[in-house]
Amino acid sequence: MKNKIIEKFGFVLITFSVIVTLAFLAIIIYMIFVKGFGVISWEFLTSVPRKGMTAGGVAPAIVGTFYLTVGAVIFALPLGLACAVYLNEYSPKGYIVNIIRMSINNLAGVPSVVFGLFGLAVFVKFFGFGVSILSGSLTLGILILPGIISASQEALMAVPQSIREASLALGATQWQTIRKTVVPAAIPGIMTGVILSVGRAAGETAPILFTAATFYKRGFPNSIFSEVMALPYHIYALMTEGTKPEQQTVIAYGCALILLAIVLLISAVAIILRNKYRSSYVH
Amino acid sequence: MSTENKARIEAVNVNFYYGAHKAIKNMSINFYDNKVTAFIGPSGCGKSTFIRLLNKMNELVPNTRVEGSIFLDGDDILDKKIDVVKIRRKVGMVFQKPNPFPKTIFQNIAYGLEINGERNKKTIADIVEQSLKKAALWNEVKDRLHDNALRLSGGQQQRLCIARCLAVEPEVILFDEPCASLDPISTSKIEDLILELKKQYTIAIVTHNMQQAARVSDYTAFMYLGELIEFGNTDKIFTVPREKKTEEYLSGKFG
Amino acid sequence: MYSFKERAIKILFTILAFSSMLFLAGIVFVLFKESFPLISEIKISNFVLGTHWYPTHEPAEFGVLPLILASLWVTAGALVVCVPLGIGTALYVYELAPLKQKQILKPVIEILGGIPSIVYGFFGMLIVAPFVQNLFNIPTGLCAFTASLILGIMAIPTVASISEDALSFVPNSFKEASYALGANRWQTLTKVIIPAAASGISTSVILGMSRIVGETMTVLMVSGGAAVIPKSFFDPVRPMTSAIAAEMGEAAVGSPHYHALFAIGLILFLITLVFNAAAEMISKKYRVKLGLDR
Repeated sequence: MKNKIIEKFGFVLITFSVIVTLAFLAIIIYMIFVKGFGVISWEFLTSVPRKGMTAGGVAPAIVGTFYLTVGAVIFALPLGLACAVYLNEYSPKGYIVNIIRMSINNLAGVPSVVFGLFGLAVFVKFFGFGVSILSGSLTLGILILPGIISASQEALMAVPQSIREASLALGATQWQTIRKTVVPAAIPGIMTGVILSVGRAAGETAPILFTAATFYKRGFPNSIFSEVMALPYHIYALMTEGTKPEQQTVIAYGCALILLAIVLLISAVAIILRNKYRSSYVH
Repeated sequence: MSTENKARIEAVNVNFYYGAHKAIKNMSINFYDNKVTAFIGPSGCGKSTFIRLLNKMNELVPNTRVEGSIFLDGDDILDKKIDVVKIRRKVGMVFQKPNPFPKTIFQNIAYGLEINGERNKKTIADIVEQSLKKAALWNEVKDRLHDNALRLSGGQQQRLCIARCLAVEPEVILFDEPCASLDPISTSKIEDLILELKKQYTIAIVTHNMQQAARVSDYTAFMYLGELIEFGNTDKIFTVPREKKTEEYLSGKFG
Repeated sequence: MYSFKERAIKILFTILAFSSMLFLAGIVFVLFKESFPLISEIKISNFVLGTHWYPTHEPAEFGVLPLILASLWVTAGALVVCVPLGIGTALYVYELAPLKQKQILKPVIEILGGIPSIVYGFFGMLIVAPFVQNLFNIPTGLCAFTASLILGIMAIPTVASISEDALSFVPNSFKEASYALGANRWQTLTKVIIPAAASGISTSVILGMSRIVGETMTVLMVSGGAAVIPKSFFDPVRPMTSAIAAEMGEAAVGSPHYHALFAIGLILFLITLVFNAAAEMISKKYRVKLGLDR
């Protein structure tokens, strides 16, 4: 009897914790949607800020986030894929592989602001790229690299060994096997990893604080060496550097909603695709 | 043994190790053109391991070592300097579980041609057709060559894998328990196919099924614990085995 | 033996594979190099144990203890939120959720883990801080308490996902054995399953902690920013990450302040490095224990 009561109590407790967790997260999303929804309009999405950031739209910030994210993927995808291919297809087991694996795990755990410091010292100052799309993209690229490597590796691992054998037995070289058989079969998995990374890169603020972002820029960026506005940084700047809190808070809600919607949508698509793909491959 | 055939493959004193474990012990055996050689023996006796040496598939397994010589057309394929790719083009393989690529039927067969640098679309289409015909699959798939190969039945997939192997025009074809995952009807289709193919190729087949060995092979090799116990004409092995172990195995005492 | 081209390709891939190591080494190098000028100027003990952080005064003082303590303070508070709720959520998903719910809850938790920190910071600043201020009747809601609360909520998905993975790795046979001995579900959960998954669960907590310590935008926006040693949970504080983010913009390149901020970055990096190494060691042991390692 006593055991039964304890069990009941324990289950109530863990159910309660789920409810609290989901409630917290639901409130955050709900508030942002409710307060941000009224701000969103075609004009808000497509026009430039006006009247000292108190009116107009946020199109340059959306475009800037897009450039930074695309730049990060262009940099990180080939490198990450190459690394995953090496680890999964070429690497002789041994200490070199362990060192590489350890580096990837540790790189994944580095705080985002430290990536910002690295980007500042290396890309902005040392290479002289300045505060620019290029510096920000490279910094974000390094940040998403570990995620792209792990996702690609998982996808390559899911490709059955029998397919590699089939290709090699036909007289394909190892490179032909990788290029024409293994990687194509792993593409859905690699893509979901890339999409998840895009979501992550789009939402990051700290790495671009000192490497790419600016509060206000006239018009749209015209080269990879331009500073850019970016959605997450724009929210921060409106809240901390703004001079007209009443109007700017409203704009910040709009930005937060756009960012949240983009990131949630992207990661939902990626996660649903990945789960579908994972279960379909076991044939 | 018949004298009209010269040996296509000649294995001499082959030893093979997984780490410290000796999986193949001092194996010597010949394979002849237009003949089927079957390998039988209990699980883990080394028969699959041995035929995988013939196209160097064991190189993919880490921590292994091989000794001895295997001559194919006079070249020792165990020589470290030999180009594995060339060997694998001459020695095709059909695996235990059908393993088509997740591509279309057509692409599966064209694959081997493309990696060999064949660019001519007409040639590729011709060879795809011929290969499918040789593998007795053409009539079943000719209207859906651009369907995904994974949609075929298990038996069809296996015949596709055979067609894929034929397209690169090997000299030797290795079958590693090709019917292990197939139903009896598909199995008999594959067996008929093997009998047809031996008119052109040198064939080795590993099988668990002794009736299958009796039905398709000219020669039979019985292996036990990594050793070749007995080798000879299939009729003789099945009716008057010389070794006691062979007799015990054939009569179902173990395995 | 493969052809020359094949070997060249392999070498190329090997080189590319070292990129992540190169970047990690680059980060370590940059942090050391850029903090070195400061360390050569003032004693390490004065830096790490100094209690005054006045980087822009004349003369400037660079004592990071208030910042370190602020980080620890906020992190400890956040753990109080995320550990029970995160593990509770994991237990619910593992034990109580029917299959349908599970299939929805797991991705939902993972998706929520992707909410950008700036959004949490924004929410904390505009909604939670005023609420906390009124509730406790304190001068400002931008304080350690609010930061802890928000960071804690933020880390729940991390703790919950990794803990749930750890729980589901426990072989079903353990569960069956316990049921067969007449234990009920709660006893089985607390006496068999949780101990078997204990190291996986601690890994989740450590990784959550690592995420909290390194979190920047949220603390920058809600922790209040005062660089003094915190005395209460309701004091405004300035954790390490927010000091770097807030001050780097105004620190002149090459100034002592600039180098001091890199030195804080170095401390931060070392802390998270230790956390990650610990998490990795524990999870490795755990895999061996359950016989999952090949």
